[in-house]
Amino acid sequence: MNRFAALLDRLAYEPRRLSKLALLETYFRETPDPDRGWALAAMTGALTFKHAKAGLIRNLAAGRTDPVLFGLSYDFVGDLAETVSLMWPANEARANAELTITDVVEGLNTTPKDDLPARVADWLDRLDENGRWALLKLITGALRIGVSARLARTALAQFGGKSPDQIEDVWHADAPPYTHLFAWLEGRAEAPSTQTLTRFYPPMLSHPIDPAEFAPLNHADFSAEWKWDGIRVQAAAGRDAGGKPVSRLYSRTGEDISASFPDLVAGFEFDAVLDGELLIRREGRVQDFNTLQQRLNRKSVTPKLIAEFPAFIRCYDILALGDDDLRALPLFERRAKLEAFIEQHPFAPIDLSPLIPFDTWDALAAARADPANGGAGVDAEAVEGVMIKRRDAPYLAGRPKGYWFKWKRDPMVIDAVLMYAQRGSGKRSSFYSDYTFGVWTDAGELSPVGKAYFGFTDEELIELDKFVRNNTTNRFGPVREVTHTRTKGLVLEVAFEGLQRSTRHKSGIAMRFPRISRIRWDKTPKDADTLEDVSKLLSLAPEAER
Amino acid sequence: MQPAQILHPRPEGLYCPLADLYIDPVRPVARALITHGHSDHARAGHGSVLATADTLAIMAVRYGADFAGAQQALAYGETLNLNGARFSLHSAGHVLGSAQAAVEAGGCRVVVSGDFKRQPDPTCAPFEVAPCDVFISEATFALPVFNHPSAEHEVRKLLASVAMFPERTHIVGAYALGKAQRVMAELRRCGWEKPIFVHGALMELTELYKSRGVALGDVRHVETAPKSFYAGAIVLCPPGALQTPWVRRFLDPVTAVASGWMRIRARARQQGVELPLVISDHADWSDLQRTILDTGAGEIWITHGEADALAHWCESQGLKAKALHLVGYGDEEEPSAA
Repeated sequence: MNRFAALLDRLAYEPRRLSKLALLETYFRETPDPDRGWALAAMTGALTFKHAKAGLIRNLAAGRTDPVLFGLSYDFVGDLAETVSLMWPANEARANAELTITDVVEGLNTTPKDDLPARVADWLDRLDENGRWALLKLITGALRIGVSARLARTALAQFGGKSPDQIEDVWHADAPPYTHLFAWLEGRAEAPSTQTLTRFYPPMLSHPIDPAEFAPLNHADFSAEWKWDGIRVQAAAGRDAGGKPVSRLYSRTGEDISASFPDLVAGFEFDAVLDGELLIRREGRVQDFNTLQQRLNRKSVTPKLIAEFPAFIRCYDILALGDDDLRALPLFERRAKLEAFIEQHPFAPIDLSPLIPFDTWDALAAARADPANGGAGVDAEAVEGVMIKRRDAPYLAGRPKGYWFKWKRDPMVIDAVLMYAQRGSGKRSSFYSDYTFGVWTDAGELSPVGKAYFGFTDEELIELDKFVRNNTTNRFGPVREVTHTRTKGLVLEVAFEGLQRSTRHKSGIAMRFPRISRIRWDKTPKDADTLEDVSKLLSLAPEAER
Repeated sequence: MQPAQILHPRPEGLYCPLADLYIDPVRPVARALITHGHSDHARAGHGSVLATADTLAIMAVRYGADFAGAQQALAYGETLNLNGARFSLHSAGHVLGSAQAAVEAGGCRVVVSGDFKRQPDPTCAPFEVAPCDVFISEATFALPVFNHPSAEHEVRKLLASVAMFPERTHIVGAYALGKAQRVMAELRRCGWEKPIFVHGALMELTELYKSRGVALGDVRHVETAPKSFYAGAIVLCPPGALQTPWVRRFLDPVTAVASGWMRIRARARQQGVELPLVISDHADWSDLQRTILDTGAGEIWITHGEADALAHWCESQGLKAKALHLVGYGDEEEPSAA
């Protein structure tokens, strides 16, 4: 664990991307198989252990520490692995040397469930503080060292003298601890085979745009689609080297999420890679994101859940067909192939994202303002804006300039009063960074209408944190109540994407994507909006057009 | 006499009705006792101020000679009787001049710790245990995750980094009063003989420390010079300066911060710190516990910091404990002051 722990520690404190890459490259060069492969898997989120989870660590900590002090410490530090590594009663620390990351990974995979707590406790006793932290990070999975999976693969490319896209193309052909991949990068073997067509292509992403920017562009060079409010996925299916059918569903970041959507994957009886949006459809209409989230939030996928939240993919691009990589073709040619493909697979859980016809930018603006009558019909509540794409654009990884644009629905804005604040986690740990805000009821009281934890700058966070600490009127564990009378308190301008009636919230409404758009130091609480003002917005929100 | 008749919290700070005096008041009052010179405890504009001579000198540097209507110095161990309340000051080991305040009346003795530490510090007098009935403690680092390593261990970490990157400048963010001078003194103890360069904001207080007999060696103000001039140098500045264009005068600097908060990774990363140095002028978790037991007090009040955790521990030891939730302290070591 020594080398791995030292690597994580240095990465965590290294702010510069180039230095991070250099650290990773050196590690890959100096560390033998399979240690380096397990480390790579840890950094790309490819490691999960059946029995070793965060709960196990909590239980271990509960057995060795005072639960109240543990709770307060966890709340302060904001990271389970770090809290336990700092609090674990120090045994005279022995060297980490005899324990390798491979020992740990294999131990976690093979130790029977009942023996695991004692095994992990023994390791914790044998490691120093940094080693404990690295071990616990492995188990909890969330490394929080400022290294994305993409960055780790870029370092791998650098190490092997390849381009990042070459790595992405073969990434899913090997599995942890990636010994074949490393052999290829060191020139000792052929590239891992991607013949199975279960590969993942890094998705093409868009830039936000506003009307002033596209006004000078020729509308005839572009096509438009609805921007669906689901999750971006890639559906890949084909046959493996032995001729056996294989199908996979990937998230935007290349994570294999097939296990969460067995209903979908079972229907991928084709040989292609499709790009689209995962959505829920009930009674012939596409549901909004709130509904989709109810399925995403469930841990176990039961037949009941599948029946209650039937998923499908609304496709807008085709990246490969049979053995052909289509990404170099212009969009309009891929679109023609996609339309034909969808037509030939009427029973697959996929459909076509329609184009929005428009002959002027104004016509597109009108459709965006009123999706229900602009072509989205009954599915309008799952629309969150429009996508504008250059017709001659190839499919390029990442966020290339000038090809794809998103023109999102305008956010709604209200002035609300800060009522409660809670400490954040991760980078925000120890700062009061989660804010519950309210608006005035007829009775002249504040009713909480939502909670926001982003939208502000780091400098504003420091100011907000200070305000909370100096204006606390009550404490409930990690939550502080903040002064909120008619004359004293803080007004926050809150922007959000949509509003819904909700029986779960006391105010009767639920906000989507609320964030702090401005801090109104200039206003007093009595200037904030009322529940009635907010309810008026409800009728404007697309969700209400049922 | 009940302890609450001797001292109780008010919005201005801890108040002693017998003497009509506040301890470390956060807003201007007629009579104040100041435990130490950090800006959250020592503010300007009081009618009269009682403190150690070193603390008065620090306040004069920070706020000008006329920072209060009247000043009175009290040496460690000396006693002052104010309308039936006997006041005395005892070394707190926090920074130069820092004191705990003891107040005794009607057979009951209350000690206010101010901010304190037990670790050795070459720049100030060591902590003195002041036995009492009620101990009013700070709780800045009152969580079991805080176990401060020795300052020497952390300074050696800094020197190892200097040895590893001899072409780079190491910039250490350290609070202007106390921490900066402690880092300098520890560097000298660890054998660093070259000049130590400092940001302008550290000059006056460093000069004051030297004039009061603290040996810090060759300390120089950072001047305009070619970037290569500071290669391999150690430069100290207030933590806030690390985020300003001031640092651009150095070649490829390594940024370090000396603070107890550096124990928490997220805190270090929030500030973009590459080399966290866990050097704190506050007691850590085990030293807080040890000190509470050492005082023999049966009742513990907690002024600021992680009060809930310390109160919980006190109760587990059969001690009465209560959190006063005093507002306005702790800014000096908080990253928000950076």
